[in-house]
Amino acid sequence: MTDNNPAPIVPNFDDDETDRKLVLICSKGNLDMAYPGLVLANAALGEGIQVDIFFTFWGFDIITKKRMTKLKFSPVGNTAMHLPWGDLRVPQWAAVIPGMQPMATKMMKKSIDDLGIPPVDEFLDQITASGGKLWACKMSADMQGLTEADLRDDVDGIINASDFMDLSEGAQTLFI
Amino acid sequence: MPTTTLSGHEVHVDDEGFMTEYDEWTEELGAELAKQIGIDMTEAHWALIRFLREDYLVKGETATTRRVQAAGGVPVKQQFALFPKKPAKKMAYIAGLPKPAGCV
Repeated sequence: MTDNNPAPIVPNFDDDETDRKLVLICSKGNLDMAYPGLVLANAALGEGIQVDIFFTFWGFDIITKKRMTKLKFSPVGNTAMHLPWGDLRVPQWAAVIPGMQPMATKMMKKSIDDLGIPPVDEFLDQITASGGKLWACKMSADMQGLTEADLRDDVDGIINASDFMDLSEGAQTLFI
Repeated sequence: MPTTTLSGHEVHVDDEGFMTEYDEWTEELGAELAKQIGIDMTEAHWALIRFLREDYLVKGETATTRRVQAAGGVPVKQQFALFPKKPAKKMAYIAGLPKPAGCV
């Protein structure tokens, strides 16, 4: 089939459409729950969408210097966790066996690495390099006795719930 | 599969306009594709496009921005500077490759 239209077919990259905003609230500090927010943030930035990530409660570990490389994955309470082969599920009585969490964490980190997806701290480097902004929750900081010095240097600030309302005005917001 | 005409050459493209035949691409066409989306190509742009072309042959899929940084050595920040807003898709378009399939 030949298209005789002399004007070439060119993708519409929507360069003028700059008003889309995404706000992600990362509230969990488990390794497996850190990634959904980071993957979405990175994808959105790659589409020219403005991204702000607000870290709160357990999600604080993702931006806390001493903790961000030590996030864990636990099969406890996760009835959907399968063994890496077949459809076998990990029974909950086995999930609490000592050594299970380090093993599960190691395996998950390997699967992530095998896909060429960076570890959490490097992923955040990439997100901020792409223009994403990181915000820390004031209440979480106060509860945990943490200050800006304990957080990644590229965190834009510790903000309260009212500041968050300003930040998220007009944005699509996801709570993770 | 539709075709479209770029600087006098008829090439196969998908519905959006991304070239679908690896071997139909030339640097001359790449320059024309860049012009279509308003990118002024410099040597830094070309280095990335050449990396994408070579990497596609090795991996069988278009490199994501992450891979361009990790394997191609060009930081994501620079990719955004060279191909504003949607670097992965713009690089793929100019390189005559499909859009990256990976999430990251």
